Amino acid sequence: MLSRVANSIYWINRYVERAENVSRFVEVNLHLLLDAPVGTMQQWEPLVVTTGDQKIFQDRYGEATAENVLKFLTFDSDYPNSIRSCVKAARENARSVREIISSEMWEQLNEFYLRVEDAAKSTDITNLYAFYPEVKTASHLFAGVMDATMSHNEGWHFGRLGRFLERADKTARILDVKYFILLPSAAAVGSPLDNLQWIALLRSASAYEMYRKCEHMLNPRGVVDFLVLHPEFPRSIRCCILQAEQSLHKISGTPGGSWRLSSERRLGKLRSHLEYITLEEIFETGLHEFLDGLQDDLNHVGSAITENFFGLPVPA
Amino acid sequence: MFNTYDPGDFYDELFVSRGVPRPEAELLVKRISNISIDELMLRQQMAQNMLFKLGVTFNVYSDNQGTERIFPFDVVPRVVPSDEWRWLERGLKQRIEALNCFLDDIYNDQKIIQDGIISREVIESATGFLEPCVGLKPPKGIWCHITGTDLVRDRNGNWYVLEDNLRCPSGVSYVLENRRVMKGAFPALFEALNINPVDAYPSQLLASLLHLAPDGVPEPQVVLLSPGIYNSAYFEHSFLAQQMGIELVEGRDLVVADGYLQMKTTKGLQRVDVIYRRIDDDFLDPLTFRADSLLGVPGLMGVYRQGRVAIANAPGTGVADDKMIYSYVPDMVRYYLDEEQIIPNVPTYLCENSQQQDYVLGHLDELVVKATNASGGYGMLVGPHASAPERDAFADQIKANPRGYIAQPTLCLSRVPALINSEFQGCHVDLRPFILNGEDIYVNPGGLTRVALRKGSLVVNSSQGGGSKDTWVVAAAN
Repeated sequence: MLSRVANSIYWINRYVERAENVSRFVEVNLHLLLDAPVGTMQQWEPLVVTTGDQKIFQDRYGEATAENVLKFLTFDSDYPNSIRSCVKAARENARSVREIISSEMWEQLNEFYLRVEDAAKSTDITNLYAFYPEVKTASHLFAGVMDATMSHNEGWHFGRLGRFLERADKTARILDVKYFILLPSAAAVGSPLDNLQWIALLRSASAYEMYRKCEHMLNPRGVVDFLVLHPEFPRSIRCCILQAEQSLHKISGTPGGSWRLSSERRLGKLRSHLEYITLEEIFETGLHEFLDGLQDDLNHVGSAITENFFGLPVPA
Repeated sequence: MFNTYDPGDFYDELFVSRGVPRPEAELLVKRISNISIDELMLRQQMAQNMLFKLGVTFNVYSDNQGTERIFPFDVVPRVVPSDEWRWLERGLKQRIEALNCFLDDIYNDQKIIQDGIISREVIESATGFLEPCVGLKPPKGIWCHITGTDLVRDRNGNWYVLEDNLRCPSGVSYVLENRRVMKGAFPALFEALNINPVDAYPSQLLASLLHLAPDGVPEPQVVLLSPGIYNSAYFEHSFLAQQMGIELVEGRDLVVADGYLQMKTTKGLQRVDVIYRRIDDDFLDPLTFRADSLLGVPGLMGVYRQGRVAIANAPGTGVADDKMIYSYVPDMVRYYLDEEQIIPNVPTYLCENSQQQDYVLGHLDELVVKATNASGGYGMLVGPHASAPERDAFADQIKANPRGYIAQPTLCLSRVPALINSEFQGCHVDLRPFILNGEDIYVNPGGLTRVALRKGSLVVNSSQGGGSKDTWVVAAAN
């Protein structure tokens, strides 16, 4: 298939997944604040930090108030990773490959876009409590519609590859939010507040109930184990990497367990790293450092995919 | 309902006079009269909604958000009796044949110039005449593969050819989608009437494109080359590619490598054999034409000259869209085919001729003046509707650049009733049939009827308040 088309389908899925995850980690913070004792300082800065775009934020907004951060992450059309920009970019990409994807996918995405544009007109922040769950649902709907109406062909696998790589990256960032929130009060580990925070965190990854089925106690080790290393939970980093790797091999035709392209090697290496690493090793490295390294690896996988499939070197 | 509809002092396509439908429209008028006006409005709304949902939209250039709008759709169809259609079809085939001979001649032997039918100056001063195309031999000798010819009727119902569009005419997707929507809204009418189907167009188009593939290529790769999603006709590009099952490509997807045109795929480069291009000549190849073009493919013309890729329509065909060249089509028909033109041209005054220019300048309030190199309703003066200062400004432009303008009498275009605000109003229409030139010449039955929905307006272009109607070629009721 055309490289441009494959690239578009890959990015449609990345952008939709990105919008979903931005709403997830905004939501986790909103809920944390609701549970926080009265008088606790509101923490919005960590959210900006986890995006990695704090420079852009500071230049444009200055202080990390709730309103500024929510505006920035949700509706700022000049910030490329806001929910609004992501959904718009996904739709623009879809428009350029309408004859390749199913019309149901297009219609769903178009509706999603119109809904977000509509919500962006509202100035009342309290409406946002209802808006974030809607974004999640729309993203799930899109993935479901794509699964049920598009042939599971090369294009579909590019979409899936994009979605899982994005999700792996964002699960890492959600874990990082908690890390930053904990920083100022390391002594609070194990306190009732700490417990609430872990619950909120799991909920934001739709992981609370599934977590409870395999671990009874809520503790950092259990949560990290679940969100990073669980082989079956669909938002755990390892599970995302496994599925992304399957699609990559379907696309390239290279048998599993071997590699021919640089993207296959990098992704395979990351997958086996996650298969064999232990929790002890993660905490020895430091969770934040580990997650940081993981995000770097994911970025390298992304560039290798671009190089292998989208940016063909042209013979002179 | 129709009993209050007044066809007025115009040629009405559905009515001979008040309350008296034309024979071919009799059944249609009867059926529509049986539906309440509210029900009709509802079906009109349904049809519009369906078009929006299908995404049958065009982009508005001035709007940088890439906003899409739908082309307003009117549910009352325009009817063309089948015997009249057969005559039109013959006329269109004749015209395309003559124009194709003309293109092949002026870019090669130039006999028509040597024989003194058209002067060299007229041809070489046409903006669409492209020097780099001289000597080209397009595959199978075909230059204009896809043509949209604009037809109009005057107050007496006489047909005329208003202009030719040989570069990349658009609008055929509306023909196909309008029909689909009409079938959904009025299924019973389609059962009762013998309406010529239009759905064969994509298959016919694909067949004419495959016809061009270089010999010996077992499974030719055909692509549609589009400028991309911000082009006003992008929906149509996407639609046609989907209907034909071919790749929709942009210039940046293509590259010339190893002497062939290739597209960049996830599995490496793949050869392309035929391009259905929807970008203008000037943009096709920055090495040959406009150097600043980012839409085309550097080196494409070189590959084309070697016969390793076919392009439809051939580069250079735009010369025939020139409105001064248009005035010579009757001569071309006589010269190449030894026949008389079947569908006449609109009488045309050439401002370059000083006598004719004097006449034009003296009668600006009666004439329509058009820029010879423009289309789509741009660069035009409708004399009777223009103000004195507008006419004066145009007079100055004509004097400064006589080759740039022609003038024609203001035709009183025929009308068809349209449903506007719960009543029928007569609205002016034109007709753009689509003609394919492949192994044979094929004319899609009917074409795009564009309608001026603004009261009294003669301008049918989508950018200026125009809409469209389904066009039915039907046998008259016995």
